[in-house]
Amino acid sequence: MESPGLVIPVEHGLLFAAVLFCIGLAGVLTRRNLLFVLMSLELMLNAVAFVFVLAGAVHGNADGQVMFVLILTLAAAEVAIALALVVQLYRRRRSLDIDSLDGMRG
Amino acid sequence: MQLLFYLSALIALLAAWRVIRGVNAVHALLYLIVTLLAIALMFFMLGAPFAAALEVIIYAGAIMVLMVFVIMMLNQGDSAVGQERAWLSGRIWRGPALLCAVLLAQLGYLLLPAALASGDAAAVDAVAVGRALYGPYMLLVELASMLLLAALVGAWHLTRALKHRPREEG
Repeated sequence: MESPGLVIPVEHGLLFAAVLFCIGLAGVLTRRNLLFVLMSLELMLNAVAFVFVLAGAVHGNADGQVMFVLILTLAAAEVAIALALVVQLYRRRRSLDIDSLDGMRG
Repeated sequence: MQLLFYLSALIALLAAWRVIRGVNAVHALLYLIVTLLAIALMFFMLGAPFAAALEVIIYAGAIMVLMVFVIMMLNQGDSAVGQERAWLSGRIWRGPALLCAVLLAQLGYLLLPAALASGDAAAVDAVAVGRALYGPYMLLVELASMLLLAALVGAWHLTRALKHRPREEG
């Protein structure tokens, strides 16, 4: 699919977003340090935001960027809460290992 | 233009890989900032300059500063001094600095008159985004403000000192 105002084919942009999302997902699944899990979450959110902006560019309207602004808001709220949880985890366990929070074995 | 886009994508993926494979939180954060800057450049090339500016200002600026603050809060003690001394060697900065230099060269090329003239005319500027945001998306803006307020209250509650919450076990 060729869009007139776009520098690249849409598929390449989607491929980039998918690879970025998978890198972030791999980080979430493999890392045990809570800070690194948070950074990987940021990568995944950025991949999603990139798809929104790309779609907005394909269709030539502002809706994609509006959604990007809302994802930005969501990321800010998420980081604030998650960093508060990081501080609490460090205060209670003296480490950032999320596997130390296995009190509720399920 | 096309080549620049693929180069930025490559830089973003490379830096993202270094983020999830990093050992040191501060170094991973540096690479994460490189990723965000590369994505901002890609937004710019996609014809979304407003999103590119927001990505740099809010993501690479505000949110990353928040993470730096927390990392600074957690890294205390005598071991931090020796660690700091080890970090001062320029070797560690080489990776992010190199990737950032490539991004800077791309930005410089984009600012050349020839590249500006060949840029796509289909850019969606900040005015259109603002009109959409405060027109049909008004309810979402209100919801976003409530979300931010809830995050503010939640973060304040979670980070209160434990001694102010006697009934909870530490």
